[in-house]
Amino acid sequence: MAEHYKPVKYKQWELTLEERFQEYHPPLTDREAVLEANRCLYCHDAPCMVACPTHIDIPTFIKKIATENTKGSARTILQANLLGATCSRVCPVEELCEGACVLEHEHKPIIIGRLQRYAMDYAASKKLKFFHPGKPNGYKVAVVGTGPAGLSCAGELAKLGFDVTCYEKKEMAGGLDTYGIVVFREPVEVSLSEVRMIQDMGVKIKTNTTIGVDVTMEELIENNDAVFVGVGLGSVPDMSIPGETLPGVVDGLEFIEETKVRKLNEITFGQRVVIIGAGNTGIDCATIARRLGSERVTIVYRRSEAEMPAYHFEYQFALGEGVTFMFMIQPVEVVGEGKVEGLKCVRMDLGEPDQSGRRRPVRASGAEEFVLPCDMVIKAIGQKKHTEMFSKLAEHGVKTTSNGYIAVDFETNRTDNPKVYAGGDCIRSKGEASTVSAVQDGKIAAAAIHQQLTGTPSPNEKHIEPVLSPVMK
Amino acid sequence: MANLEIDFCGIKSPNPFWLASAPPSNSAYQVQKAFEQGWGGAVWKTIGAPVLNVCNRYGTIDYKGSKIIGLNNVELISDRPIELNLREIAEVKRNFPNHAVIVSVMVESSKEAWQDIVRRTEETGADGFELNFGCPHGMSERGMGSAMGQVPEYTCMVTEWVMEVATKPVIVKLTPNITDIVQPARAAVRGKASALSLINTINSIMGVDLDSFELKPNVGGKGGHGGYAGPAVKPIALHLLSAIASDPEIQRSRVPISGIGGIETWRDCVEFMLLGATSVQICTAVMHWGFRIVEDMIDGMSNWMDDKGFKTVYDFIGASLPRISTFGDFDLGFQTVARINPDKCIHCNLCYIACNDAAHQCIDLRSGKLNGDMSAMLHPVVREQDCVGCALCASVCPVDDCISMVEIDSGRPHITWNDLTKKRPEVLNWDQMEEYREEAKIHIH
Repeated sequence: MAEHYKPVKYKQWELTLEERFQEYHPPLTDREAVLEANRCLYCHDAPCMVACPTHIDIPTFIKKIATENTKGSARTILQANLLGATCSRVCPVEELCEGACVLEHEHKPIIIGRLQRYAMDYAASKKLKFFHPGKPNGYKVAVVGTGPAGLSCAGELAKLGFDVTCYEKKEMAGGLDTYGIVVFREPVEVSLSEVRMIQDMGVKIKTNTTIGVDVTMEELIENNDAVFVGVGLGSVPDMSIPGETLPGVVDGLEFIEETKVRKLNEITFGQRVVIIGAGNTGIDCATIARRLGSERVTIVYRRSEAEMPAYHFEYQFALGEGVTFMFMIQPVEVVGEGKVEGLKCVRMDLGEPDQSGRRRPVRASGAEEFVLPCDMVIKAIGQKKHTEMFSKLAEHGVKTTSNGYIAVDFETNRTDNPKVYAGGDCIRSKGEASTVSAVQDGKIAAAAIHQQLTGTPSPNEKHIEPVLSPVMK
Repeated sequence: MANLEIDFCGIKSPNPFWLASAPPSNSAYQVQKAFEQGWGGAVWKTIGAPVLNVCNRYGTIDYKGSKIIGLNNVELISDRPIELNLREIAEVKRNFPNHAVIVSVMVESSKEAWQDIVRRTEETGADGFELNFGCPHGMSERGMGSAMGQVPEYTCMVTEWVMEVATKPVIVKLTPNITDIVQPARAAVRGKASALSLINTINSIMGVDLDSFELKPNVGGKGGHGGYAGPAVKPIALHLLSAIASDPEIQRSRVPISGIGGIETWRDCVEFMLLGATSVQICTAVMHWGFRIVEDMIDGMSNWMDDKGFKTVYDFIGASLPRISTFGDFDLGFQTVARINPDKCIHCNLCYIACNDAAHQCIDLRSGKLNGDMSAMLHPVVREQDCVGCALCASVCPVDDCISMVEIDSGRPHITWNDLTKKRPEVLNWDQMEEYREEAKIHIH
């Protein structure tokens, strides 16, 4: 029987462990892709393209899928965004391109993300190479961190002829794209093949290399014409509550990383799991736990549904996966004898807005503490900053913002040290921390480095300006 | 319910929907199945000269996900023995006495052969004949089909041969592969044809494979022109139908016309009938979806007739023909302009780019910047005083009723080109034309 005649299994309990961790959306077939591409209106000055932080020429790449020029489509995407394969999988498209699609008025925007993935998958399956190292211009740049910001900056610089070396403390390059994205959103291989593409462009990547241990920041700044810092953020911070060190309390990012580097059947998980924090990391941990086989998975969040930082589609996804949400609940203690047995919580109310503009959670008057029985607690309450590195950078004149991120000029992503640039989550003091924003940060920095060192604008950056008819000018 | 019955030059049919002479009307099994499902008549797949077929026989045009908007074929006339066809035709007519059974015939160009096939076919009890003067492939190279329809003298001559012996109505089927369809149509009428049908298929090559360089359809590495049909040919068919239906000589002869070419739905049928067809013939749509499509044809046309208050199809056949005109008789003072409804506009700006690149640069994009601020999006605005009323913007707009072409008073004289050039022949010179434009307030920009 033909493959597509097999009945589709939707129910989790009918799937094997491996099947549950396959990419959530199946790839589009050729016919599906061409049909969907033909549905695109090919807008003039398309709003999707404006909404994309990297300004991918979306109507053009979709038109090329429609004409079965998939190779050209892939090139169009990668010209604007070297990490198009990852972005096609992890971008919050509802908030960006698809949310801006004019067909939203029919409630059926073009599935831009999946079309982009189609073109990217095509390029990967054909092992297409689009970019080559530029003619060497004699300048050397060091890139610290190989997440999306670092890779994007490195790749764009390599195209321009810079001699780029990346430093990565982990075993594999790719940063959160490799380690931090739940595997049914993006398989490790996708990120690693992007890393290989950047390497093929002439970028050297030194993994297992920690700044301050294997090489110092002084050396990097001394020996290079420019340094780009794209170190992201660190591990989940402490909650400072009793019992936090009990076995069974885990860091959310490490939990996600397990699915990327270990065999699925070797991952430790609880039967009754409580996740603290309702951001996208919390959702990822919750859905992973469910798919691993956890019976009860509960997300506790100290504010209400309206304030939760997770994207709406992620929230919907988690609900569909059978995750329970408890809002206005604050954990006060992890309880248990030698291991996690429960999470002691208290009910909260919302008070006056805090500096983030969201209403501050305050302990509800007269609320009594209660214990949520559980055998695993996953912390997903944000990420620590690399304060040690930031203070090292401070010695070189790199300043930080009031809330502790690296301060940059957003036009150029240059820090207060004219040789040092930064991008990605480590500069994202507020707003959307996302892969696609990090990619754009890298692009902006690469263009600025080129401008600063060579005195000419980067040919990589296509200037986008709306065309007005003669009368309007 | 509306009465769909027709009387087509004496051929009675419960409705105007007939199978065209083609693969779906190849056998008694098929035609009887079609009648059971509601088809009013069938033109039997052409019988006559002996043939051998090849494969592949079909090539298609698929457009943006829609399959078969055009179908081309290199299949010949019936390759089944004549005796078998005649026996089955008689059987069908016996079983379905109230349905229209018409037999398409085609033989070599000799009086004897034509008269012989007509005599033999009459014995089946069939209601009439259709002379296949249209097949553009395979048969035409042997001097039959369109080779006859392309020469009005032949059309007339063979029609006369047939009319000498036929006691049943004879329909002449015309080829569109000709400069002026009116000439063979008039020739058929001169030959005393009882009716006309059109169009047969159009010469075509469907495409070339980009990998193998083979043609579509591919016949063992070779290919050639075949007959093009399907929804894509409908506008051509409507034009050719209207050309003969509005021709004074054809009108005087009062021969009915059977419309063919790209008909797929009841709406298509109504359009053909509004332009003068009494019956319609369908092939490609049946080849795509089967006989069952006739149910909606009957239902849809009946509902439409009820809504319009039409009791019989004769209440609307030809109703649009008086509107068929020529450029020289169009009103030069008629003016429309495009109006964009800003509440419906979705800011795709396709109207802007179409007008700017391909029309008259009279749509502006106003306000807003490409800065991610959706509230400041550019939106198209028509400079009405510069709009020539070409309707390109309304044509490309993807939103229903967003751009309307609105009639305005141009202040120009309501005169036709023919009247103008008769009254003031000097406007055929550019200098005088400029003077006239000035006077008539016609501004070209």
